[in-house]
Amino acid sequence: MELRAERLRLAYDARVVVDGLDLEIPTGAVTVIVGPNACGKTTLLRALGRLVTPKAGTVHLDGRAIHSMPTREVARRLGILPQAPVAPDGLAVIDLVTRGRSPHQNWWRQWSTGDELSVLGALRATSMLEHASRPVDELSGGQRQRAWIAMALAQETPILLLDEPTTYLDLAHQIEVLDLVVDLNRQQQRTVVMVLHDLNHASRYADHLVAMKAGRIAAQGPPAEVMTAELVQDVFGLRCQVVTDPASGTPLVIPYGRHHAADAPSLAG
Amino acid sequence: MRAPGVQQVAGRTTYRLARPSVSGVLRVRALVVGLVAAALALVTLSVSVSIGDYPVPLPDVVRALAGSGDPGTLLIVRELRLPRAVVALLVGAGLGMSGAILLALTRNPLASPDILGIAQGASAAVVAGVVLGFGSSLGTSGIALLGGLAAAAAIYLLAWRRGTTGYRIVLVGVAIAALCLAVTQYLLVRAQIFEAQRAVLWLIGSLDGRDWAHATPLAIALAVLVPTALATMRWLTLLGLGDDTARGLGVPVQTARLLLLLIGVGLAAFATAAAGPVGFVALLSPHIARRLAGVAGPPLLGSALVGSVIVLVSDVTARLLPGGQLPVGVVTAALGAPFLLILLARANRAGTGG
Ligand SMILES: Nc1ncnc2c1ncn2[C@@H]1O[C@H](COP(=O)(O)OP(=O)(O)OP(=O)(O)O)[C@@H](O)[C@H]1O
Ligand SMILES: [Mg+2]
Repeated sequence: MELRAERLRLAYDARVVVDGLDLEIPTGAVTVIVGPNACGKTTLLRALGRLVTPKAGTVHLDGRAIHSMPTREVARRLGILPQAPVAPDGLAVIDLVTRGRSPHQNWWRQWSTGDELSVLGALRATSMLEHASRPVDELSGGQRQRAWIAMALAQETPILLLDEPTTYLDLAHQIEVLDLVVDLNRQQQRTVVMVLHDLNHASRYADHLVAMKAGRIAAQGPPAEVMTAELVQDVFGLRCQVVTDPASGTPLVIPYGRHHAADAPSLAG
Repeated sequence: MRAPGVQQVAGRTTYRLARPSVSGVLRVRALVVGLVAAALALVTLSVSVSIGDYPVPLPDVVRALAGSGDPGTLLIVRELRLPRAVVALLVGAGLGMSGAILLALTRNPLASPDILGIAQGASAAVVAGVVLGFGSSLGTSGIALLGGLAAAAAIYLLAWRRGTTGYRIVLVGVAIAALCLAVTQYLLVRAQIFEAQRAVLWLIGSLDGRDWAHATPLAIALAVLVPTALATMRWLTLLGLGDDTARGLGVPVQTARLLLLLIGVGLAAFATAAAGPVGFVALLSPHIARRLAGVAGPPLLGSALVGSVIVLVSDVTARLLPGGQLPVGVVTAALGAPFLLILLARANRAGTGG
């Protein structure tokens, strides 16, 4: 299952967001996209998931142009969790998660053993089983986020695109979700592409890190090579120091601010 | 692996057969509500046929419907009264399902065909026909149908921009409704008293004098549109999660929306053509059905059944009220609106508003 973008040009009316972008998503790996607000991360992810049609260029899924494939066929191979999804009033968590199964269902078979295993598995993996009967709109922001992640998990696609899956989550749940992503990747060889804002989480959890700036790829590769003080300065315009994360051995970004940089020693480059 | 059968899973009743491999989630409450509504519709249909200048006892009604009885009773039941009751049943079903589809499609609780201009389009066309004296060969129903479909076409064309969003459909619909209303009022002001009276009677929505000629086209339209709606119900459910999520789950969003919009306005246009713009039924039925059934989206069949019950009960009430016959459209609003308010008040107390 390979996903690849070629000379992609993405625009909303006259506003060109991405132009001439090439990107190959490594199969069976976790790819993390980072970049400042409005640089086009969401737009790129939506294009990879055929939610926006490119003005030029192509997204290839398994060698076929994704936009000419039947959308239901794509839905069985690639799942996408939008940045700010909304559920209808009163929809229970279990019903939301069950909807994730629809690419695999038809009107007479809507609760097969496969459906049941996937739905319960997804609820358990996101610790949402105890909230299964509650309406999504009555959950806390973090619980709601986990319900949506459970829906994406239940879809059981080899490729999973997640737009900021850790927003709204407390630190413990952020780590839990990211660990879950690694589990999915290691145990089921799923390809994951996610947008994250936390550079330390990105460095820790990415096999392949993509840094975007103004619709272009500023750098990509293993986090240890990509995440440098120069890159952070270049992409985010932020002075920082990059040290080694004692827990994971990956880069750890320590940002400087106007109030907390004056006598900081300049250790790493 | 557990055995096939009915099981409770995480608060849901599920069923699964080994062969044929049929499975699903059983919504017991929705099922009960649907069955009760269907039973109520049949009872009110029989009552509607039994009352009148020559009351026919209910057992005789049932016998006559089954095809036996004396010729006089058969004539009264099957030729004189049944068409009116059947039109009421079908109009209610059409409006109820249309309301449910448009509500779910636009994700807007106010988006019903009588707010979106379908009914107003039909009205403007009928009044224009009466006042300006054209289209008499089409009959009132034919003109109403054309007017409703024209309004729907205008909404769709004007709302189309980088893919029609639910929000745009509502705004454009409200504008079209206002425009059609202005045309109707202008024509009524300009019209002769006699013509105006004829037009106004139609405008309130009435079941008087409906015969099989009114019931048949509506029945055919429903026979086509209702199964299509049920077949596309899963798209409708998924569209409720937003366009991005729906497409991500494999819904061809543009096609689905166009088809569902066509079904929704088609149901409303045919219903309006048969009985005039019977107000409020399309708006109320889906909300009532959804709350009674305890589900997130408006149930299509449930809304249709609730719509039928509302129109039938309203018609019976209108005919039983002393002091002359009221048009059914007056009663639907008077009966349905308080019922919705009660449901809303109860939902707020239980902490599940919206
Ligand atoms: N629907 C839209 N219509 C017009 N412009 C849009 C639309 N969505 C995004 N844009 C614009 O495209 C650019 C990229 O937006 P995008 O959402 O891809 O950024 P992002 O990198 O995901 O940002 P964030 O970190 O804030 O989520 C922005 O300038 C934004 O204003
Ligand atoms: Mg974004």
